[in-house]
Amino acid sequence: MMQRSALLFAGLFLLFVAVGWVLGAANITLLLVQSFAYALIALGLNIQWGYGGLFNFGIMGFLMLGGFAVTFISYPINAAFWDSEGPLLLARALAAFAAGTLLVFGASRAHHLGIRGGWKTALTVVAWSVAYIVYRSQIDPAVAYIEGGAGWIGGLGLHPVLGWAFGGVLAAGVAYIVGRICLGLRTDYLAIATIGISEIIRALLKNMDWLTRGTLTVSPISWPTPLPQELQAQGIGIADSFVYARLGFLAVVIVVLVGLFFLVERAYGGPWGRMMRAIRDNHIAAASMGKDVTARQLEIFILGSVMMGIGGAILISFGQIYDPSSYQPISHTFLIWVMVIVGGAGNNWGAVFGALLIYLTWMISDPIAQALFTTISSWTSDAGWGPIPEIQSRASQMRVLVLGLVITVALRFAPRGLIPEVVKREA
Amino acid sequence: MSLIAIENVVAGYGGAPILNGVNIAIEQSDIGVIVGPNGAGKSTTLKAVFGLLKVSAGSIRFSGEEITNSLPDRLVPMGLSYVPQEKNVFTSLTVEENLEMGAFTRKDDFASTMNWVYDMFPVLREKRRQPAGELSGGQRQMVAMGRALMSQPRLLMLDEPSAGLSPRYVLEIFEQIVKVNKAGVAILMVEQNARQALALASKGFVLAGGQNRFTGTGAELLADPEVAKSFLGGESAA
Amino acid sequence: MNELIFFFNTVVISGLVLGSIYALGAIGITLIFGILRFAHFAHGDMMTMGGFISFLLAAAVTAAGITAPVATGFVVLPVAMVIAAVLALGIDKGFYAPLRARGARPVTLLIASIGVTLIIQGLIRLFFGSGSYTFFETEAKRLFRLEVPLPDVTRTINFTEPQLLMVVSTALVVVALHLFLTRSRLGKAMRAMSDNADLAQVSGINTKLVVRVTWIIAGSLACMAGTMLALDVSLKPDLAFNIVLPIFAAAIVGGLGQSYGAIAGGFLIGFAETLAIFNWSILLRPMRDALPFDLPNNLAVVPTEYKLTVAFVILVIVLLWRPTGIFRGAST
Repeated sequence: MMQRSALLFAGLFLLFVAVGWVLGAANITLLLVQSFAYALIALGLNIQWGYGGLFNFGIMGFLMLGGFAVTFISYPINAAFWDSEGPLLLARALAAFAAGTLLVFGASRAHHLGIRGGWKTALTVVAWSVAYIVYRSQIDPAVAYIEGGAGWIGGLGLHPVLGWAFGGVLAAGVAYIVGRICLGLRTDYLAIATIGISEIIRALLKNMDWLTRGTLTVSPISWPTPLPQELQAQGIGIADSFVYARLGFLAVVIVVLVGLFFLVERAYGGPWGRMMRAIRDNHIAAASMGKDVTARQLEIFILGSVMMGIGGAILISFGQIYDPSSYQPISHTFLIWVMVIVGGAGNNWGAVFGALLIYLTWMISDPIAQALFTTISSWTSDAGWGPIPEIQSRASQMRVLVLGLVITVALRFAPRGLIPEVVKREA
Repeated sequence: MSLIAIENVVAGYGGAPILNGVNIAIEQSDIGVIVGPNGAGKSTTLKAVFGLLKVSAGSIRFSGEEITNSLPDRLVPMGLSYVPQEKNVFTSLTVEENLEMGAFTRKDDFASTMNWVYDMFPVLREKRRQPAGELSGGQRQMVAMGRALMSQPRLLMLDEPSAGLSPRYVLEIFEQIVKVNKAGVAILMVEQNARQALALASKGFVLAGGQNRFTGTGAELLADPEVAKSFLGGESAA
Repeated sequence: MNELIFFFNTVVISGLVLGSIYALGAIGITLIFGILRFAHFAHGDMMTMGGFISFLLAAAVTAAGITAPVATGFVVLPVAMVIAAVLALGIDKGFYAPLRARGARPVTLLIASIGVTLIIQGLIRLFFGSGSYTFFETEAKRLFRLEVPLPDVTRTINFTEPQLLMVVSTALVVVALHLFLTRSRLGKAMRAMSDNADLAQVSGINTKLVVRVTWIIAGSLACMAGTMLALDVSLKPDLAFNIVLPIFAAAIVGGLGQSYGAIAGGFLIGFAETLAIFNWSILLRPMRDALPFDLPNNLAVVPTEYKLTVAFVILVIVLLWRPTGIFRGAST
C-alpha cells in the first residue's frame, strides 16, 4: 500500500516536471499554487464524504464565502464609505436583522408559553414575515445609499492570512446553520439541499453590490508574501520575479496544508476518527449504541467546510481578484468531487493526490484540446470544409468532457480511488 | 422422481456458507415442513431454491429439471412460487392488483384463478380495492399467499406463514394451507410454530447448523423423544 | 381589471407553462428513483439533450423545405422523443447497468450520473458552443390574444402557440401516464417494482423489462420538457444545471417514487416561482389611495435573480414538515 502510494506520488511529480518543462516555470508555479489550494479543499470534502458519508454538493458556496472573507479582510479601506452615513445605516440594518432573528427564535420557542400546534406555526409564519419586512425596510435604503455614494463598503486592510482564517470562520458559521437544517436528511436530499444553499449564496454575493461590488469585481487583493511587482522593484528580472514570488506564496500554502493535514490525520487515527467511521458505515447501529449521530455529523460538516473556506480564500488571494460571477459549479464543485473520488475517498493522501492530479489534468486539457482542434482545423481547411469556428471556447469545453470521462472510467476501474481508504483490521 | 429434490446443497451469502449439505425431497401431494432452531438455515433453504442466493455446491431439481441458481422469472412459469416472511405484499397496490402481479407470467386469462383465491379467502373479495398496506397482519398474509397462488404453482414455498399472527389467524392460515394442498399444490414451508406445523406435515425436516438432523413424517417427528428434547422443548407431543 | 389580466398572463399562464416543464422532468426523476433507487443527476442534461435533438430535427425539416401548420419544433417532437428514449436506454446500458450488476450503492450511481452529466454537457458545448439557439430563427412564434369582453379592459390575455401546445400536451401525457400505471399490466408492474423490488422479482415480474420501460418514459418525457422549455424561452447548454434543482425539488416535494406527487410538485414549484417574482405592487396600484402606506415601486417577494431560491425554500419547508414528501414517498 505504502509502496503504491509512493510510486503514484513519484509519478505525479514527474508529470508536473514534464508539464513544467513544456509550459515554463512561471506557469507551472501558478498551477502548483492553485493545485495545493485545491488539495486543501479536497481534504475538506474528504472529511465530509470520506469520513462522514455526507454529500456536500454546495462546495462552490463555501469557496465563495472564503473568497468574500479574504476580500473583505485584506482589501484596503474604502474611506468614502466610512466617512459617510453608510456604517450607521448598515448598523441599523444589522440591528433589524438581529431583532428579526430573535423574533423568529422566540416564535419557535412559543410552546414554552403554551402556544402549540397550528397556532405556533401561524405565529412562526407571522414572525418570519415581520422580520423579513422590517429587515428589508432597513437594508433597502441602506443599500441604495451605499451604492449611490461610496459604491461599496470596502475592506478592512488587514493581513491576508487573517482573511484566510476569517474564510474558515464564515464557512463554519454557514455550515452550522445549513447543518442544523439539513443534516437529518438522507444523503441524496442533502446533495440537493447543499446545491440550493450554494445557489442562494451565489445569488446573494453576486447581487449585493454594496458588499462585494457584484459584477464590477474587486481587485487587486494583496498577497501575504511579496508580489512579483515588488520583487521586480528590487531588481529581479521580470520572468524570474513571477517564479520566485509564486514559490513564496506556495511555501505559505504548503505550510497551511501540512498543518491542517497533520491535525486531521491525528484525529482520524484516534477515537474520534473511529467513531466517525462507525457512524458513516452504519449510522443506525451507531445511534442505537447511544452515539449522537447528528451532532457528530455536524462537527464533520463544519470541519470540512472550514477547510473549504480557507482554500477558497487562498485561491482568491492568489488570483488577486474577486468576481462572484466567475464561480461555476463545474470547476468549483464537481471538479473537487472528481478529485476525491479518483484520489481515494476516506484517505487524506488520496484526496491530496487526487487534487493535484485532477487539477493538472483539468488545466492542461484546454491547451491540449486547442492544439488538437487547431490541427484538425487545418486539415478541414485543406479538405475544403473551412476551419472549425470558435476553437477557443470549444476547447475549454473539452475539459468538461474529459472530467466526465475521468469519473466514469474511475468508477468502473478504481471505484475506491487510486489511493483508497486503508481499513485497519482489528488484530 | 420427486417434485423437488434438494441434494447436498451448500449455499450462503458470500462469506461462510449457511447451508452445509442440505437434503430435502417432496412429492406433489406432500406438505413438507422445515423446522429447527434459529440460524439453522431454514429460510435460507427456500431462498436458495428460488435463486435469491448463490448455491456453491449440490443441485436442486424440479420435476427432474436442473434449476440450481435459476432466477425467479424462469422458476415462476415452471410452477414454483414463493412467499417471503417479511414485506410480502405490495403495500401501495390494491388487493386485486397484488393478485394480478402474481399472475404476471401467465399469458392466459386468470379470472378463474382469481375467483378461486377469493373463494378461499372471502375477506379479500370484500377488500379487493383497498391498498394492501391497510389490511391487518392476518389479511396481509392471505394476500401474500393469494398472490403466490395466482401463477397456478405446482409447488408453493412459504417462509414462516404464521409469524406474527394471532392464534386465530394462525389456525386459519394452516387450514388454508391444507386446503390448497388438497387442491393439488405441493407445500414446502418453514415454520417456527413447530408443533402445529408438524401436525399437518406429511414430510418433516429438522435442520440445525445448515444440515439435516432428523427426517420423517410429521407424526413420526412429533413422537420422537430426541426431536422433542432438542427442538420442541420438552416432552414429545404424542 | 387590466391588472388582473396582467396577473393572469404573468402568473397563471407562466405558472402553468413552467409547472408543466417541471412536472415532466420530475416524473422522470421520481420514476427512476422509485425503480432504480438512485437520484439521476443527469436528468437536466437529458432535457437539454432532448431539446437539441428536436432543434436538429427541426432544422433538417425546415432545410428540406417542409412547412407545418404549427411550430416545427413541436412537429418533430414525437420523433425526437423516440430518439431520446433510445439514447436514454443506451446511457443506462453503458453507464449505470454495469455498476448495478456489481451491486453499486445508490451513491455510486449518483456519482456516475454526474459523470454522465459532464459528458453530455461537454459534448453539447463542443458541437454547439455555449451560445443560445432559438427555434424561431426562420419562422415566427405565433401569439394568441384573447379579448376580454368586459368594459374598461384594454389588455388581452396573451399566450404563445408553444405555450398552448405545451399545456395541452402535458395534460395528455398526464392522462396517458395515469392510464398506463393503473390499467396496463406493465404499468402496474412498474408500481409494484417501485413499491417492493424484491417481491416484484420473486413474483416473476420481468424486472429488466420494467427498467427499460422506465428509461423510455423518463428519456422521452425529458426530451419533451427540454424541447418545450426551448420553444418557450431559448435553447442553451446551461438549461441543464438551472433546471436540476427545481425538478428534483418537485420530485422530492411530491414524494419520491410517486408520479402524481411529481406532477403536483412540479406545478407547486412552478406557480410558487411565478408568484414569488411577481411585482405585487402592480396589483395593488388601483387601490393605492386606500392603502395606509406608500406603495413601493417593486413589491416582489423575491427579486428575479433569486428565482432559484424559491424552489429550494419550498423544498426545505416541505422536508421539515413532511420528510417523505406530500404524497409520502420512499424514504430509503
